[in-house]
Amino acid sequence: MGAEVLLGLALGALLLAPPFLPPYFLEILISVMLFGYLGAAWNILGGYAGQFSFGHAAYFGIGAYTSTLLFLNLGVTPWLGMLAGGVLAAAFGLFAGYLSFRYGLRGPYFSLVTLAFAEMLRVVAVNTKAVGSSLGLVIPNREPAAVNFIFAGKLPYYYVILAMALAAVWITRRLERSKLGYSLLAIRENEDAAEAAGVDALGMKLRAMALSSFLTALGGTFYAQYFAYIDPTITFGPSVSIQGLLQAIVGGAGTVLGPVVGAFVLTPVSELSRAAIRGRAGVDVMLYGVVLVLVISFLPHGLMGLRRGRGNPPRVPLQ
Amino acid sequence: MYGLVACGLSLIFGVLRIINFAHGAVMMLGMYTTYWLFTLLKVDPYLSIVVTGPAFFVLGMVIQRTVIEPNRVAAEHNQLLLTLGLALFLENLALVLWQGDFRTVRPPYAGASFVLGEALVEVPRLVACGGAIVMALALFAFLRTTDVGKAIRALAEEPEGALLMGIDVGRIRAVAFGIGSGCVAVAGALVTPFFYVAPDVGESFNIMAFVVVVLGGMGNFVGALLGGFIVGLAESLGATLLPGSLKQLVVFALFVLVLLFRPAGLFGGGRGR
Repeated sequence: MGAEVLLGLALGALLLAPPFLPPYFLEILISVMLFGYLGAAWNILGGYAGQFSFGHAAYFGIGAYTSTLLFLNLGVTPWLGMLAGGVLAAAFGLFAGYLSFRYGLRGPYFSLVTLAFAEMLRVVAVNTKAVGSSLGLVIPNREPAAVNFIFAGKLPYYYVILAMALAAVWITRRLERSKLGYSLLAIRENEDAAEAAGVDALGMKLRAMALSSFLTALGGTFYAQYFAYIDPTITFGPSVSIQGLLQAIVGGAGTVLGPVVGAFVLTPVSELSRAAIRGRAGVDVMLYGVVLVLVISFLPHGLMGLRRGRGNPPRVPLQ
Repeated sequence: MYGLVACGLSLIFGVLRIINFAHGAVMMLGMYTTYWLFTLLKVDPYLSIVVTGPAFFVLGMVIQRTVIEPNRVAAEHNQLLLTLGLALFLENLALVLWQGDFRTVRPPYAGASFVLGEALVEVPRLVACGGAIVMALALFAFLRTTDVGKAIRALAEEPEGALLMGIDVGRIRAVAFGIGSGCVAVAGALVTPFFYVAPDVGESFNIMAFVVVVLGGMGNFVGALLGGFIVGLAESLGATLLPGSLKQLVVFALFVLVLLFRPAGLFGGGRGR
């Protein structure tokens, strides 16, 4: 039960400490939570269902653009826009997912198709004047108003993203114990066997896809509101997709807390390296590359694999 | 041009069954090598191929031996991530070392061109195109006639059979990765006279190369070369029909369609897995 006490303490610290933290640390914590959240959203599809999406930027971007455009053009509060973005992203996810799963794309082929979809959306966004083309969109008039998802300080944003991350973890936990969760695991381990045992693989994968893309889109809206600026490269670019999966892989794909743990390790690593080597862009991402290679080589189950005491089990390939 | 990049990628995929995300990054390094050789030592970009080719062959072998081979038994997607990590590392290493500035190599003949019928032909592009074809043919001949080449093809077709026939599969895999890397570095050298050099330059080639490889059929060189032509055509067609960078949309759409309906490639037999 030691683990639960530890978790409780960590949660208490996350809830109570931030008001007393200097702004710089608060910013880092917000990044940690955002990336942890995106990782958790990716994890549902990538970790549990074993479908490695390289294009979650598509849903992130749809979320960011939908809420921002609704707010700028029609004055719809981003809280509602967030849901609209989520629904739209889920619809797009179902479309992309149906196409790829229906035609039996698996493994790396699925990854490539998702990447292509995200890149297509990026190209469209760059070339569409109505969404600000490559200049992007700015949310002006930063009058703080809770209704409009615009706050005075960083603290409220922190609590919003903390709540979102906790919700994502809670959903993952529920998922793990649900029929859907078990089906996804079966599909991940051996799709043909799962189907033979009566699992509706297509339906289950689509459900995971919808949930994962819906959650990712909410993260996109949060990003837009927090930074008040979005452009096609930031939102639809490959780096968003990579960020999400990185947290989950490093922390432990297919575990409830993995993505958050990953974010707690990766974000400080990147912040520290950026602080240590100033004026040289790219050091942080370079380290991400190193961490990714090391984790896959030595901890194929991520950091969570350490705890379970199965750090590096030999895996025999099925030929 | 995409053809040559894709040839290397196709080779690596065929033999190693790995989709190599680091391919573009290796090409970028090849381009930087050409750039530095030209800027510091005044080595002609085309001449520098003699250096970049073998150097990146060795680099590719080292990468395969140290990073990828130990993870042979890991799940397929983990190997994908491995090359992704490698790409992130190499690209950002370049960013750290040489900043994000666009650099160009301008040998005296960079602007040379002549008129052929109604078309304006730029000499460096023509050379790159010719170079790509020569390289592909050489590669083809190498795979057909030499022992190592035959071993590579055997490994691509039947890994276990190759192992049973006494082929040192680890060495052959390293050689294949080396050749793939060497090819893409040469491709990098060939394009530098008319293309900019920057840390993320490989990315755009990488995505195109995926498209080409998938079009031509994974592990199929002639297919890769033909795929290169198709992508080039689709891109220029898209450029004339659609405004701005929407031409890429055509290529991606093509990519998705081929992946969905003919994952084994236009010229491959039937469906992939």
